[in-house]
Amino acid sequence: MTETPDLEQNPIIAKIRGWRPEAVAGVSSFRGELTVVIYREHLRPLAEFMISDPDLAFTFLSDVTGVDRFPIEPRFELNYHLLSLSKRQTVRLRVRLPGEDPVTESVVSVWPTANWHEREIFDLLGIRFEGHPNLRRMLLPDDWEGYPLRKDYPVEGPR
Amino acid sequence: MTTVQTATGPEQTMVLNMGPQHPSTHGVLRVLLELDGENIIKADVDIGYLHTGIEKTAEALTYSQAITITDRMDYLAPLSNNLAYCLAVEKLLDLEVPKRAQYIRVLLTELTRIGSHLVWLGTHAIDLGAMSVFLYCFREREELLKIFELVSGQRMMTSYFRIGGLALEPPVGWTDRVQKIVQTFPSRFDEYEELLTKNRIWIGRTQGVGVLSAQDAIAMGVSGPSLRGSGVDYDVRKYFPYSSYDEFDFQVPMRSEGDCYARYLCRVAEMRESLKIVRQALEKIPPEGPVKADAPGIVPPQREKMKTEMEALIYHFKIFTEGFAPPPGEVYQRIESPRGELACFLASDGSPKPYRMRMRTPSFVNLQALQKMVEGHLVADAIASIGTLDIVLGEIDR
Repeated sequence: MTETPDLEQNPIIAKIRGWRPEAVAGVSSFRGELTVVIYREHLRPLAEFMISDPDLAFTFLSDVTGVDRFPIEPRFELNYHLLSLSKRQTVRLRVRLPGEDPVTESVVSVWPTANWHEREIFDLLGIRFEGHPNLRRMLLPDDWEGYPLRKDYPVEGPR
Repeated sequence: MTTVQTATGPEQTMVLNMGPQHPSTHGVLRVLLELDGENIIKADVDIGYLHTGIEKTAEALTYSQAITITDRMDYLAPLSNNLAYCLAVEKLLDLEVPKRAQYIRVLLTELTRIGSHLVWLGTHAIDLGAMSVFLYCFREREELLKIFELVSGQRMMTSYFRIGGLALEPPVGWTDRVQKIVQTFPSRFDEYEELLTKNRIWIGRTQGVGVLSAQDAIAMGVSGPSLRGSGVDYDVRKYFPYSSYDEFDFQVPMRSEGDCYARYLCRVAEMRESLKIVRQALEKIPPEGPVKADAPGIVPPQREKMKTEMEALIYHFKIFTEGFAPPPGEVYQRIESPRGELACFLASDGSPKPYRMRMRTPSFVNLQALQKMVEGHLVADAIASIGTLDIVLGEIDR
């Protein structure tokens, strides 16, 4: 994770650092897209801050994407793509989760749209969200074994 | 039959299983409706019947091969899917596409938008009992499909946009066909509006039905015309212009009522705006010029060169055997598909295959709002609410 000085000037990063400096694990920028890596215990409080702070106003959660970095640890990665309609700006929040304990707090209470995104990630990657109102399989049948989007799950299915 | 205990005493409710095979669910959508008489108390949406694991499949294909599976998600707007994916890969590669290709992309995606809205209008109308609109809409859509067939060779699974530009030069005289559409379609739109806009039955079935407030719509992540019908002007083409959309002059139709009628008016107005963009694109597209970026190793060389030049043959061979490897990193590319914000998240690990491809599909997110729209209302209104969200199940289940 490279931290260049001009990223520190970024108002979004400055805001987050000012809110809780210990929450930020790193920042990066690739092709003009800003990524802020945060520690998982700060995710939900930060979500509340991101939506309520008038300078940020990230009211629109576009997407939540899970990535499996197997065999690298921490194995799982969650990307929250936020959009501020009033400021016309975007940011990506990233949380890393260890393979033996892929759990994080749900953000459904902050952005209701996260409901289905989190269910889909639970369904396909096996990441659990604490406090989710209805965490069960979504695209796959209820009795399906394994999590297809994990890298140790073959494309042809389990044998 | 389940018994629900209420404050006034035991009350009988009935669970009605709507779908997965039901004409008004526009695919295979299952909705469990808990009813008290004709009123919906609770609606539970069940999806996944069309899940084919497109995101997983993409991880086993090279970047160029994966274009073909993007067609199969939103089968009513394959070109929009192609565009979202190609733009994401191009962003990953930091590749500039020639202006001519960009304008042709804009033109074709706007025609796709009209085609998709026509299917929506036709099916929405037939759900609510207006048969003739359906026939008219499909008549017009046929002309659009002929254009797609003309340029790409395929009516639906086009895969016409490729990484770095277009698959091939469009045939001679194709703009005349588009010109004809630009000239004839406005009167056709008038025809639909004559049939519906002031039709008392249509107004009765859509006005005040499936109301979604701006606040709820944003909280549920709703995008596209469904969001703009609730008075939020979010349109990716205006907010984060891509593929030279900032050079086009068009309006974003918006209504504040948030009901099915408002969304209907938004979409019809949007078709007219799309036609405006098509007209501008026709003027902008230079008659000659490259439709593919000059990027050896990424864009396949011309057939002639491949047969005569050694270097071109090597590139050709390498592209089709091992592919090309973008630098490691992640990108999130949004576009405005006919249904809303369609985004492609690509993670590259520096290998020739996408490490992770994720499609943020508007139908998937928009469908979440259904529960809020139907609970407390009549069963008949649920049909209108499903129709007005303009969902495509192939895109929801992926």
